[in-house]
Amino acid sequence: MSDNEVAMPKEAVDAAAVAALIAPVPETVGGAELVQLLTPEGERVEHPEYSAYIADLTDEDLRGFYRDQVLIRRVDAEATALQRQGELGLWASLLGQEAAQVGSGRALRPQDYAFPTYREHGVAWCRGVNPLNLLGMFRGVNHGGWDPNENNFHLYTVVIGAQTLHATGYAMGIQHDHAVGTGDPDRDAAVIAYFGDGATAQGDVNESFVYAAAMNAPVVFFCQNNQWAISQPVERQSRIPIYQRARGFGFPGVRVDGNDVLAVYAVTKAALDAARSGQGPMLIEAYTYRMGAHTTSDDPTKYRVSAEVEVWKLRDPIARLKAYLTSSAKADKAFFEAVEGEADELAVTVREGCLSMPDPEPLSMFDHIYVEDHPLVEAERAGFAAYSASFEGDH
Amino acid sequence: MSKITIGKAINAGMRRAMERDPKVVIMGEDIGKLGGVFRVTENLQKDFGEDRIIDTPLAESGIVGTAIGMALRGYRPIVEIQFDGFVYPAFNQIVCQVAKMRPRSLGKIKLPMVIRIPVGGGIGAVEHHSESNEAYFAHTAGLRVVACSNPEDAYWMIQQAVESDDPVIFYEPKRRYHEKGELDLAGAAAPRPLFEATIARPGEHVTLATYGPMVKVCLDAATVAAEEGKSIEVIDLRSLSPLDLDTVATSVEKTGRLVVAHEASTFLGMGAEIAASVSERCFYHLESPVIRVGGYNLPYPPSRLEEEFLPNLDRVLDGVDRALAY
Repeated sequence: MSDNEVAMPKEAVDAAAVAALIAPVPETVGGAELVQLLTPEGERVEHPEYSAYIADLTDEDLRGFYRDQVLIRRVDAEATALQRQGELGLWASLLGQEAAQVGSGRALRPQDYAFPTYREHGVAWCRGVNPLNLLGMFRGVNHGGWDPNENNFHLYTVVIGAQTLHATGYAMGIQHDHAVGTGDPDRDAAVIAYFGDGATAQGDVNESFVYAAAMNAPVVFFCQNNQWAISQPVERQSRIPIYQRARGFGFPGVRVDGNDVLAVYAVTKAALDAARSGQGPMLIEAYTYRMGAHTTSDDPTKYRVSAEVEVWKLRDPIARLKAYLTSSAKADKAFFEAVEGEADELAVTVREGCLSMPDPEPLSMFDHIYVEDHPLVEAERAGFAAYSASFEGDH
Repeated sequence: MSKITIGKAINAGMRRAMERDPKVVIMGEDIGKLGGVFRVTENLQKDFGEDRIIDTPLAESGIVGTAIGMALRGYRPIVEIQFDGFVYPAFNQIVCQVAKMRPRSLGKIKLPMVIRIPVGGGIGAVEHHSESNEAYFAHTAGLRVVACSNPEDAYWMIQQAVESDDPVIFYEPKRRYHEKGELDLAGAAAPRPLFEATIARPGEHVTLATYGPMVKVCLDAATVAAEEGKSIEVIDLRSLSPLDLDTVATSVEKTGRLVVAHEASTFLGMGAEIAASVSERCFYHLESPVIRVGGYNLPYPPSRLEEEFLPNLDRVLDGVDRALAY
């Protein structure tokens, strides 16, 4: 045996420890360490660490969480319908993930910054982004186009996981601005990076974990484990529960019931508070389920059984909050009806806004490629304009 | 006026950029205490601190990806990629994110960052340390690509690249880092605009367009050719995107002949684009086809063969002779 070989016979490995490490998480609950404050039946339960983070929530806040979820689900349903009618080229539905997105989105402060994937419609809603802006890229009139700095909500990123590095770099910028750990609640800021279970296989996500840990950057990694990366179950991406990966990178990880808006809010608030105060990154795995297809181009009947979907229907995030609000008398029938009415109006607004969204002027495709003039772009713009003009009156 | 190496000129240029703008930071592998593997960032961390000269973990996608985030936060990062062949792990971030962020936002955000890449062969290195990958990035809309060839340009161009509000890929001629040239650090002369080519040597019979580490080879070739009565006009392109075709076309209209030389493989290299564009613009002025002199269409060979692979003075002169034969 040469010097650099390590004597590690296989039988020396603790088989039980390995088995425990890779034991599948019980499907019904998402694992023993799942943080939950609201059961699927809508019953409030306490958590020794996280109950405190929702203590300040008013009844109005709770009704707000409900309203947010109902409204964005309606926007989502309308967008899916618009795609089916040929008005959108594609839509990525958030159905089932409303609590994960609203709970985390509402935990953000104005000075915090969110880096989404392409499915964070609920977070966008919480940040004040007009839902119509989200439809633009799916209709094909732009690739996003909103001003990220207006709502501290970055543009949708389509390449899986790439935005986690942007989030980490942005968090490093916050550190450089000395906007971490000052104790000033209006100054200290954090970043939240959204991604899915599939993205955890990406190099960029793992590099962002390395960078955030090495720099102690104020970034919260928010993984919505919706169990499916298009057709691949989460087991194809990770041999251990995703939240446990954080430990290997040197920061805490926590698994939260992603369909429990209160628990998501509490866990995210705790992680953001820690990040803002200078304690560095944290990984949150929001254990949820993609109730719909990956996108409107997908057909989940080819790779998953409907019984699984039926089980998750019983854990619906909106139904459980409604049950809680009702049983605790924090909301009445009039409130629920008012939200439904508001959702109907919003759907009409979204539909009309989508239908009246004009195609961009052809020449505009040459705009905004560079800040400063680029001779080739300008030459091709002029060439295209002349070519187009050559057809005028020639019908 | 004093003599300075290209490496030290880039160092001095970055130093000035950092003094001028506190938002300028440098990110890369081993750039702090070590001063980079080529010492281009030497002493900068000592003078500007670890906050501004950031030693990163060893992951290139991470360097570029986090630099994007820094730029989004209002910083102007200079990224150092250690060697040309190590930029590929960051290719996705550069091509999909750096280049496309501004159009994605319909012009609402900008991404001012400089990605410095030591480029080319001739240093006897192992695999992945001698590549010329400029065509990939010049092909990518949204990026600007420049290549310096001498200390004076290096000093000014790095500062201009930092000042640009667009992302700039900045190629440094690796095998010439230690070559000296004149640089008037105290001089007030306004530098040439970053994206303009320059006539490095005027001539009458053939235009020889090149950039980066090949500029010196081409100037030497012109000197030799002059002894044989052939007058070569050498153009240092300096900018590869945008490409200053006006300067090239004006020269070709005078000489009627064009040779393009670069280390990169000729197939779909910068020379191919220049040949096509000049053929379109200068068809009636051309006395011969545009001749390309470049690397062969191979993965970069083991270093014991690189002298055969890289275009040298004789290969450039052979190209000139082929152009003049028509």
